[in-house]
Formats: sequence, C-alpha cells, structure tokens
Amino acid sequence: MKKIKTPLTDEMLKDLKAGDQVLITGCLIVARDAAHKRGIKIPLEGQILFYAGPTPQGSIGPTTASRLDPFTIPLLEKGLKGMIGKGPRNREVRDAIGKYKAVYFAATGGAAALLAQTVKKAKVVDYADLGPEAVLKIEVVDFPAIVAYDIHGGDLFEEGKKKYAT
Amino acid sequence: MREVNAKKITEAIKKLCLEANYDLSEDVLEALNKALKQEESEIGRNILREIMKNAEIAKKKKLPLCQDTGLAIVFVEIGSEVRIIGGNLQEAVNEGISQGYKNLRKSVVSDPLKRVNTQDNTPAIIHTEIVPGEKIKIGLLPKGGGAENASELKMFLPTASKEEIMDFVVDLINRKGVNACPPLIVGVGMGGSFDSVGYLAKKALIRPMGKHHSRAEIADLEREMLKRINATGLGPMGLGGKITALAVHIEVAPCHIASLPVAVNLECHSHRYKETVL
Repeated sequence: MKKIKTPLTDEMLKDLKAGDQVLITGCLIVARDAAHKRGIKIPLEGQILFYAGPTPQGSIGPTTASRLDPFTIPLLEKGLKGMIGKGPRNREVRDAIGKYKAVYFAATGGAAALLAQTVKKAKVVDYADLGPEAVLKIEVVDFPAIVAYDIHGGDLFEEGKKKYAT
Repeated sequence: MREVNAKKITEAIKKLCLEANYDLSEDVLEALNKALKQEESEIGRNILREIMKNAEIAKKKKLPLCQDTGLAIVFVEIGSEVRIIGGNLQEAVNEGISQGYKNLRKSVVSDPLKRVNTQDNTPAIIHTEIVPGEKIKIGLLPKGGGAENASELKMFLPTASKEEIMDFVVDLINRKGVNACPPLIVGVGMGGSFDSVGYLAKKALIRPMGKHHSRAEIADLEREMLKRINATGLGPMGLGGKITALAVHIEVAPCHIASLPVAVNLECHSHRYKETVL
C-alpha cells in the first residue's frame, strides 16, 4: 500500500500506476451531480474531488463517476489533480487525465460504513441547500483507494478485464 | 375479517428501513464469502474483504452499509381476509419510510425535471398483491441509483432464442455492469408485458441468494448466464476478476404470441432486502 498526502503534485503522480492500492490522507472535496451542474466554485488546484453524497450519520462512498464526465475537463484545466469515484470514465475524460496530468482513483462502492471510519472532519463549504448533494470538505486519514487511471496511460478497468476474461 | 391497524404497518416499515440499511443479510454474506474463495484477483479479493468488513462495521455501529440508502421499493402481499383500519396502506407505508429514513440519506426528488428533494425519502414505490389468507407480508428493498441506472428492458421478437437473450444480458453487463457496483445480483424478467416485466425482474432480485428457479430449464439458464457474466473478467468493482456477479435470478411469466419482453434489473453487492409478516 502506498501512502499519499494531499494536495497532489505532478511529481507525486509520476509514482502512481494503475493498479496501485493507496491510502490517502488529507483533504478531499466532496461533490456530485447537482453541485457540478451549478458549478464548483472553490479552488481545486492540486485537490482531489470525491464524487459522493454522505448520509446524515456520515456513511460515505463513491458514486458513479461517469455521470460527472460532462463537467470534468474544465476542472482539470483549472488544476484538479485527483478524482475518486466508481466505474470507468469516457474517452474524453481519460485523455484529459493524461493531458492535464491527474489521477482517477476507484474506491469500493457500497463500503460506506468502512470509508466513514477514515473521515475525521467534515464541513459544508457550498450549496448547503442541496442537502446530500452539498459541497463538503472532509479530512481523511488512510482512505483506501485504487489507482484506476494514471498519468502514463494506464487503465485498470481495461487491463483488469483483459487479464481475467475467459 | 382480520383487522390490522395502519400504525402497525408504519412501525413495521420503519423497522425494516433500519434493518435493511444497517444489517446485511446472512445469505448475501454467505455469497460474498463464497466469492472470496473463488476470486483470483488480489485487488478483487481485497474489495470483497472491504465489503465484508463494511458489513461488520455497519452492523456494530448502526451505520448505513452504503451512502446510497436508496429509493424504497416496498412489496406488500395482503391477505384477502385482512382489513386495514385507522388509515390506508399507501399513507401508512410512506409514513414508515419517512420515520425510518430520518437518519438515512434522502435520495428522492419530487419531480423528474424540477428535482426538488422531498426531504424524507418518500414516496416509496409500492407493489401490492392480493393473496389468500389473513396476513400481510411486507418486504423492503432500498434500491441504489447506480445499479438501477444500469438496468434495461428490451422487447424481443417472439422467435428469439435463449442465446439472443443471454447475449443481451451479457452485453448489458459489459456496457453498464461496472457502474452497478459488482459483484452483482442480476434479476431477469422474461415474459408478461412491457410494464409487468420490469416488476418481474425486480421480484427476481428478492429471491433468497443461493436459490435457483424451481423449473430445471430456467435454473440451468441461470447457471449458464452466471458463468458467462463471470467470464467477462470485469470482477469486483470492475477492476478485473473472476466474480462479476454473485447470482442470476430469472422469473418468467406468460406473454402475448407476438412478444417476448425481457427486463434486466441489476442489483449491487449491497443487497439490502428485509421482510416481515404481520
């Protein structure tokens, strides 16, 4: 397991390869559909976006990332360095991840009680009226994730499927 | 005529909301355990371990298994000898959902286009069947959006072969299965009409895990479909592996001579179904 700390730098991303299991410590910005549609206003340079909407008790896990594909490239242009979600992204986003040097991490969907144990602090920073879709800043310690797309063109979804298909 | 107070229904629904969201059923845990033994990918095995560890934490700390505590799908079988007093079924169910979801995520909007959150996770989707007897059986399935979005329905020609139907299911898993949080439970409805086949697929999901259809040829089709789905290589969370689905459940119904409706309702590994009898 590789340990990584936010914010992410291009230097750190060089060492991350598709298939690496990592533990992330630091700040994550939580946002999903409605917040993306309105527009994410807080600075994202070097940050990791976590596509999620927690429960009131704090259970939190990744939602389907491809739903956010139409909104992602402008955020990468602004310096977003990481995303955590579940499922593959479209071709455009995958290419943009290479072009703007970012990493897409997959986290285990439906393991929200487990992931909640890594969250030490959580604060609503925007769109409180959206309830479960508000933008949050959370502090995590050893949040488990897997590198799905790296800056070298690695794609765990494709490689994994190829390896185990019969 | 047996009388059942609507309040009893509300209480039962509230209890089921909490049980379903905090406590993964034994049959699902067993299926996950079996999957862990069969999975060859190290990442896949780690994911399965995380899922099982998650169930342990959720149960112990009374935390939702998944942050998507779902749209509540409610199955009610009402005995024809029962009369509900002190309210009506629909209101009683929705009151139970509203109370049960107090600490769970509210994932329902009042209108598909305006998209304003109803703030209490109502209304539920309620399926009722009148059955003989004087009991009420209530089942609750909190259904996550990711798996529901990855579901499809297709009207086949009546002359379609089993292979064509199987290809449709496997192709759907290849296209959309990853977003439904594999290892999946695959509910397949065959027959009926455009409207009823979706319900059939959903009903297939609530069959206890590890049980096959009572008709041997349908049970064989379930086995064959599972084998083909697991041969896709998608694996847990789509990151590669041998276990893409834990089970395939097929339900069939009579249909029109011109039609062969097929619906595939995908369910994530966090299969949260609980039932009770009043």
